[in-house]
Amino acid sequence: MTQATQTVDVMRPPFPAEPGAGVYSNKLGMWVFLASDVMFFTALIGSYIVLRFGVTEPWAKPGAVLNVPLTAVNTFLLICSSVSMVKAYAAIADGKKYFLRAVPGKLLRDGGLKFWLLVTMICGAAFVGVQLVEYIKLVGHGFTPSGFREGSLLAEHAAADPVKYGAAAAGMYGSTFFTMTGFHGFHVTCGVISMTYLYFTKVLPEKYSPQDYRGIEVIGLYWHFVDLVWIILFTIVYLI
Amino acid sequence: MTSTTPTITGHKRPNYILIWLYLFLLTVVEVSAAFLSHIPKKWLILILLFFAVWKALLVALFFMHLKFERWRLRIIFMIPLPLAAILVTAAIMEKVW
Repeated sequence: MTQATQTVDVMRPPFPAEPGAGVYSNKLGMWVFLASDVMFFTALIGSYIVLRFGVTEPWAKPGAVLNVPLTAVNTFLLICSSVSMVKAYAAIADGKKYFLRAVPGKLLRDGGLKFWLLVTMICGAAFVGVQLVEYIKLVGHGFTPSGFREGSLLAEHAAADPVKYGAAAAGMYGSTFFTMTGFHGFHVTCGVISMTYLYFTKVLPEKYSPQDYRGIEVIGLYWHFVDLVWIILFTIVYLI
Repeated sequence: MTSTTPTITGHKRPNYILIWLYLFLLTVVEVSAAFLSHIPKKWLILILLFFAVWKALLVALFFMHLKFERWRLRIIFMIPLPLAAILVTAAIMEKVW
């Protein structure tokens, strides 16, 4: 291999494995990982369904223990981050590497990759922050992975109205809730860390171009998947 | 030109803001249905799951661009779904027995 070819390889790696799925290996790898993650979350959700609908005691009513309005806002935040991620993808595909640029005759400025990815990172970090606040408040009120803590505010409420608060199944409720939302929160945290890494090592130094923005596409796929999973979890855990 | 992201070039770009608006409205409807309506529980569960799947499909098809991908790639994502259904069914059957 000549020196010149090596330089080209560094700047724009060739397509490995064109046959098969017909995509570059990073993207194929991400899709295979996402397929395995579908199985992972299905195992969690499946276990939840079995426990939830197999139990004879009443389950806590939606909104009795969990703060649904706060989580609805958090869901909206994650949806917004998904849009900003896809806008980042579209921006670099159009060659817009910049942060913000004025558009003649328009009030709003045109955002580039740097702007939209930063928005995504902020929304993702805010989601994790809100989830942490929710956890701290829940534990403070006495809702733990093992159920309602004795002597806590929630335990008192549950004693007064055991059907509404699902007192008999509180242990299962706590363990399934913290496991599912915790693993999802871990995924979001990993996504934010990965995006931050990309932002400082690739996006700010302007290493992406309309000819090569695989990192943005691959992290985007992961991020949208995290959003997709949350859409399902929010419905199953908070609303039903 | 040896572009490294060539798989979704031959289609019109979706209106992402419109999809976002759909997702927002569906979330509002979903939360409203869960708390404000007097729909029987069984129907409510079906309706909420329908909305959740609808929103998930919007994300997968338009944000993840599955709508514009090749079938071979779509299949990679779809393969776990029947396996997941089998897993859940098996778990439920074990519980029933």
